[in-house]
Amino acid sequence: MDLAAAKMIGAGLACIALVGAGIGIGNVFGSYLSGALRNPGAAATQTTNLLLGFALCEATGLFGLVIALIILFT
Amino acid sequence: MHPMEQFSIYNYARLFSVAGHNIYFTNQSLLMVVVVLAASFFMTLAMAGKRLVPSRAQSMAEVSYEFVANMLHTSTGDDGLKFFPFVFTLFIFVLFCNFFGMVPWSFTVTSQIAVTFSLAALVILVVIVTGFAKHGIGFLKLFVPHAPWYLLILLVPIEVISFLTRPISLSVRLFANMLAGHTMLAVFGGFVVMLGAAGGVLSVISIAPFLLIIAIMMLELLVAFLQAYVFAILTCIYLNEALHLHDSH
Repeated sequence: MDLAAAKMIGAGLACIALVGAGIGIGNVFGSYLSGALRNPGAAATQTTNLLLGFALCEATGLFGLVIALIILFT
Repeated sequence: MHPMEQFSIYNYARLFSVAGHNIYFTNQSLLMVVVVLAASFFMTLAMAGKRLVPSRAQSMAEVSYEFVANMLHTSTGDDGLKFFPFVFTLFIFVLFCNFFGMVPWSFTVTSQIAVTFSLAALVILVVIVTGFAKHGIGFLKLFVPHAPWYLLILLVPIEVISFLTRPISLSVRLFANMLAGHTMLAVFGGFVVMLGAAGGVLSVISIAPFLLIIAIMMLELLVAFLQAYVFAILTCIYLNEALHLHDSH
């Protein structure tokens, strides 16, 4: 296997990190909705935490994407 | 066209050299100057009227002011409000950079890790200086949570590592979001061009990725705002920890 092919496979494998980000973001918004529908009064106070959880979740997946981009473009 | 081509940097003029390294005025510096000028002009011109019943521009400026002020007050309390100019400047700068990057043929300043890491390093520097200025050597208690001593053996290294990775996660989050979004737009743009040039039925199909680009553009506008917001709110949270350690305000 030559280096170019190995790089492509490696970049593809690094993108598996986004699976976790997808599950995490779905979990964050799903939990928020189920909580917000049970107690709509408290929903507005938790949007900061919602967006924070979303951002923290997304970042961990994007680390994997950055690794993939570094493999591909260096 | 290569999807990563939009992030390439061009040197416009050589400014000076530091220890053998040439410092250039690049297309990135140009966009940063444009962003700073646009943000300052918008804020000053919008508030120039100072009317009691605000005009549209004035209410935009007031809403952004109150938005950041509320954010800072809810996360750091009263004594955090002296950091308002810092947080507001960061928020407006990142927001304007993200939105100027959405203009076709312009350049996304925040898609460069050098820019975002400088911003994140500045934030962490302010946090560390604030923490030591307020608590002295007691700031190091930040790394010792309330827990039994045998758990501390495990928890203290974790706290130290999590503090040290903050500038990395803060910068990579913004950089990776912008990079991934703009790369995705360029890739779908490539689909449209390739399908359109193929001729026949394929040219008609090229309307599908074009519509998708519009949808992704909307998503990117949301992400552009959201990442500026997240950058600012995380700055507030880090400042809160520096000001109050583990106690809530």
